[in-house]
Formats: sequence, C-alpha cells, structure tokens
Amino acid sequence: MGNKPELLVPAGSLKELEVYIAAGADAVLIGEAAYGMRLPGDFSLVDIAKAATYAHEHKAKIYVSITKLLHNEQLEELRHYVTELAKTGIDGIQFGDPAVLQTVREIAPQIPLHWNAEMTSTNYSTANYWGTKGASRVVLARELNMDEITDMQPMLKIESEVQVHGMTNIYHSKRRLVLSYMTHQGRPVDGGSLDKDRGLFLIEAERPDEKYPIYEDANGTHIMSSDDICILEDLHMLMAAGVGSFKIETLLKPLKYNETVIRTYRQAIDAYFQDPENYEFDDAWIENIRRVQDPERELSFGFFYKEQVY
Amino acid sequence: MQTAERHIPKYTGKRSRLDKPELLAPAGNLEKLKFAIHYGADAVYIGGQKYGLRSNADNFSFEEMREGVEFAKKYGAKVFVATNIYAHNEDLDGIKEYLQNLYDAGISAVIVADPIIVDTARREVPGLEVHLSTQQSTVNWQAVKFWKEEGLPRVVLGRETSLEEIEEIKRHVDVEIEAFIHGAMCSSYSGRCVLSNHFTDRDSNRGGCCQSCRWKYDLFEDSRPEESWISEEEAMGDPVLQQFQLGVNQLPLFEEQDNAFTMGSKDLCMIGHVPDLIDVGVDSFKIEGRMKSIHYVATVVNVYRQAIDSYMADPDNYVLKPEWIEEINKAANRPLNTGFFYDTPDHEDHIYEPEEKAAPYDFAGLVMEYDEATGMAIIQQRNHFKPGQEVEFFGPGGTFFKQTVGQIWDEQGNELDAARHPLQRVKFKVDQPVSYFDMMRKKK
Repeated sequence: MGNKPELLVPAGSLKELEVYIAAGADAVLIGEAAYGMRLPGDFSLVDIAKAATYAHEHKAKIYVSITKLLHNEQLEELRHYVTELAKTGIDGIQFGDPAVLQTVREIAPQIPLHWNAEMTSTNYSTANYWGTKGASRVVLARELNMDEITDMQPMLKIESEVQVHGMTNIYHSKRRLVLSYMTHQGRPVDGGSLDKDRGLFLIEAERPDEKYPIYEDANGTHIMSSDDICILEDLHMLMAAGVGSFKIETLLKPLKYNETVIRTYRQAIDAYFQDPENYEFDDAWIENIRRVQDPERELSFGFFYKEQVY
Repeated sequence: MQTAERHIPKYTGKRSRLDKPELLAPAGNLEKLKFAIHYGADAVYIGGQKYGLRSNADNFSFEEMREGVEFAKKYGAKVFVATNIYAHNEDLDGIKEYLQNLYDAGISAVIVADPIIVDTARREVPGLEVHLSTQQSTVNWQAVKFWKEEGLPRVVLGRETSLEEIEEIKRHVDVEIEAFIHGAMCSSYSGRCVLSNHFTDRDSNRGGCCQSCRWKYDLFEDSRPEESWISEEEAMGDPVLQQFQLGVNQLPLFEEQDNAFTMGSKDLCMIGHVPDLIDVGVDSFKIEGRMKSIHYVATVVNVYRQAIDSYMADPDNYVLKPEWIEEINKAANRPLNTGFFYDTPDHEDHIYEPEEKAAPYDFAGLVMEYDEATGMAIIQQRNHFKPGQEVEFFGPGGTFFKQTVGQIWDEQGNELDAARHPLQRVKFKVDQPVSYFDMMRKKK
C-alpha cells in the first residue's frame, strides 16, 4: 500500500483557502489569473506569499497554475512572475506549455513541476517523457476511464493526479463566443461582464435537461460539463492503485458546497488509510454531498466507466 | 477582400530552408493525392490506418502510400502522414513499427501531436522527419524553440497565432513554420475540445470528432440566487426560494426569431493575403480538408499555386487576380474569413445564419484525351451532365474556359442524351484545347 494521497483543491481567495484547508485539503491550487487557467479567483503575488505561509503553518501545500496557452508577449513577464514566485515558498507549479517548463527549470529549478495538458494528458508514456524533462507529476485527462488510470500506475515514473469531483472543462476557445453571439443579435452585454459569475449556460436542443455552463475571461471562452464527477463510492480503487493526488474542482460552486465535498472526501480517505483491509463505504458520505448538490446537475462517474469510440 | 491593389510589404520574416514556400495539400485517398499534386501541391498529407485524426476517412494502406510516393516523386513532391492522435495506453504498442513502415514506404515526414510519438520517431526512426501538429496549440516562440531542440525541423502553429506573432517566432527561432491558410477550422484551441466525447462518447482527440461545435444551442442566464440550492430542506421551507423551480430560473438570452448560439466558425481563406504570408516567412502553406472532394482540392490548390508563383516571380508587380477569388468561391463550403492572422475573430466570423448549400459546383468530368485535329475530347464522367448544359474547363496553371455542351457520344459512336454512368468515357467537341487531367465542372 502506498502513501496517503493528497487532497487538492483550487481556491479563489485567501478566505476560501482557509476554509478548504480547515475542511481537510492537503494542497491548494491558486495563481494569478493572467497565467492560470479556469481558477476560481485571482491571487496577487502578495496573496500567494500569504497563502504559502498560511498553508505551511497548517501542513498544507500551495501549487500555482501557469497553464494558460501563452503567446509571445507574455514570455518576458513570465520570467518575472516565476522569479517572484520562487520567493514565496510555493510547493509546485502546474504547466502545460513547454515554455513554462523551460522558464521554471532555468530560473527556479527547485520548484517541482506538474504537467497538466488538460484533455491531452492521456497515457503513461507521454507522462514519463515529461518526467525526463523535469516534471514530477502528471495531471491525468478527465476523459480516461478507471482501468486506464489504475493500469497505468505501475508504469508511471512520476506521480499522478486525478480529478475525483466537480465539473470539467469540455471546450476552450480563444474566441469570445458569447460576446460575438450577443453582438450578432444586437443584444447589449449588461455591465460588460460575461465572466463566470454571470451564470450563463447553454442547452443543446436534444438534451434539454443538461445545462452546460459557459463563460469568458482573458483566456477566451470556456464551456463546462453539465454533470459533476463524483467518484467517492469508488475512491478506494484509486487509493489502492496508488494515485498520488485527488483533485476536487471547486469552480462555479458556492463555498459551502465545496466545504462539504472536501470534508466528505477527507473522511473517506482517512477511513481507508486507517484500515484498508476492512474499509467500507459509508452511504452517509454520498448523502452529505447529495444534500448540497445542485438539483439541476447530475452527480456522475464522468468517463470512469464509459466506453468511448473513435 | 482587396483586389487589384498593389501589395505593400509590411513584414520581413525569413523562411528557414525553402527558397519558396511549400504548398501543402490534403489528400484523403490516392486519387485525391494525384489531383492535389498534378494541380500544384509541393507536398500532400495523408492519413494511415492508425494514429490519425480522421477515422472516417478513406485512409491509406502502406501499399497505397508507396504508390502515392512513386506518383509524387515524378513531380518532385513529398508525402507526409498525419499521426496526430493523443495516444491512450492501449495505443502505445506498435507505434515504432508503424513509423518504421511509414519510413520504408517512402514517407518524408509525420505530423505528430503526442510528445511520446515525437520522441519514439526521433529515437527509433531518425530518418523520418517529425513535424509538430497544430493539435499541440503551439502559439509562442519559446515553445517552438523547445520542439526544435527536440529535433523537429518544423512546427505547425496553433491557428490562434497572428502574422505579427509568426514574424516574431521566425525572428527568435530558425525553424520551418507551417500555417493553415485555407479551410475549415476548429473554433477551439485544437485538442482542447471534448464536446464529442460528452455528447456522443466519441473521442475527438483520437479521430472521433462529431463536430458538435456546429450544432445549435440556446443561451440562458441562471437567475437563481447564488446559494438557492445549498440545501433542499432549507429551500423547501423558504417561500422565496420556492419560486425558483426548475425551468423558471432559465432566463433566455435570445428572442424567438433570433438565430441560435453556435461555436461554428467561418472557414479560413488567405487568398487575399498571400504576399503577407510569404513576407512574414511562413515556410509551408497548409490547406485543410482530407475529407474534401477532388474538385475542392484541385481548385483550391490550383489558385494558391498561381498566387505563390506569381508573387515569387515578381513581388513588385504582384496583383491579386479577381478570378482567383471567383475560383475559391466555387469550391467554398462555407463563408470565408482570415482567422486569427490579423485580429481575433468576432461576431462576423461565426456562422449563426442557416448555412447555405455547400460548394455550388460539381466535378462533372475529367479530360482523358484530346484530339487537336478534330477538337474532340474524351471525358470520363464524374457527375451527370447532358447537352445544352453550361460547363467550365480548368487545368493547372489557371487555364479556364466556359462552354455549352453540344452533342455527346459514347466511345462506340452512339449519340447520348446524357452522360449518366460514373466513369463512363464520352466524347464531345470542346471550344478550346484541353489537356489530360483537366477538369470539367458544372453548376449544381
């Protein structure tokens, strides 16, 4: 049996971070919105430093997301950002772009690197390739199934992170699609905001019960899944396989909801590691989550048990 | 789109290896490969039986690849293979053998997205060139430099890159840059879309894309108070929250007569800006469309071939010919735009209106033989046509004329009221000389 996996959650503010750590998070993902992708909030460098201090006092870790698809104009500022991040004592940087990997390796080689290519981190061999380039963790694609995830664990030379709860991104464009559509209609964009707080969603004609959240930010347009992954009932399979980190996505959820979910997964992880042989799933755990779940969003196993064709 | 204006150079990029930019065309099968090359492509890209992103296409066997490579050689052209899936564990076995087989078949380069396929190709089949696929969404020079240092002579940029950014990339890195210049586009960052996976369980990054971005959607705003679904018990007891039932909270952001929301993009077309692309230093001009028709590929390749040759021959006196634009429009499946080359696409760059009928012309016949003495041509039927119909003949280099079909005969000399049978050889008199492999099209 391996080590106890980490419970990782993104936080949008220092207040959220404190609540999530109190609820049982071992690590918190944050960052400046200018470099991160789909973070629940924007952290300044000053707040990142405060977050690191606070987290370390509470035996938690801080990772910073630099997973934006960077254009030329940001490369110079990126060097400055990484230089400053190195002074904050953070415990890791998530990257997708090789430019970020190179910059961190050059300026702050002591900071661990987590490779996160969103829907395209799909096999152990590519993860190991990034391992040879300096990555110590792979954030696996949400489109993998349980067998793919568990079967690859022995083959992985670096640690793996798996999203176990919450919504996922299903489409990302640099285009401003909502603004374009509203302009096309001649509809004013009230207050100019089409961001994640606006509560926008899409419905496709043949799927009237499924609401797909959509929002715009500096990275373009994001469309999110209509269901929330919840693998709680089968978390033990991922724990037994040796997955290193479990991520709960907090994006577009109220604080109270996230707090409940984190606390529940904490209970399940602790119960398993107290006595893996005799671990039993407690139905009360899933009930805790169901009680706070948005009734319009299904709790699902995501792609964990789906057969995909191509 | 500007026409007869003189081109004033704005960019000063440098191409890496090639004296002249390469025109790279899609070839969905062996026949399309032959047309693409005959009509002026310097290179074609095809799909093999595995690891490609067009699982529905008529992909090439190794035997067909060898035949394609032989054909290409006669024209001094090259054949590339798209090997651009993101592999899952189960796909890993056999990559090396597959790449070796491609190399043995005479393939010049593979177009690859997954770094493990890049790495395997570099280590195991060093003679095979590796080009980084647009699926990697590479949009900055440092990432380009990384891939160059990994041994890649060419990077296909993400379609989100502007001309200015390409110029800057070329300034920083001495590497071949390939850019899509014509055809349909993912409106997402390539590879960053799993709509197909969610809607139909088809894996978009392994060739199963069902183009959900072109479906119609309704846009709503959630009008529930933020915490209304925090606790059902709480909500049950709260008369204010009671009114926010399912359905009631969906505030539509459209009127009944409005067009639906969609992510579908207009198609890319840079025929009006070939000099800019050349000046900026794009090494390879890539046309999208392995699923497109022979008529499409031949027409589009033919036009870009003429524009590139014309600008390279005499940049100072280059003029965009109106007939090039007319030709492009005859093959166009959708409204056209310039993608991200000049600016981020906006409301005029997406297709909200119902789509008009695709490409208004059909490939009607292929010239097999021409008798100068009699002016008679033998045409292989590719679509129904009959006497009295207006048709257009065109060939490589821009030869073009219109005529009305007169009497037609089969090869035995029997007069026909129409050319009905696919691949049937028929004879009729043409108004101007034609050559083997010239094409005849008619309005739909």
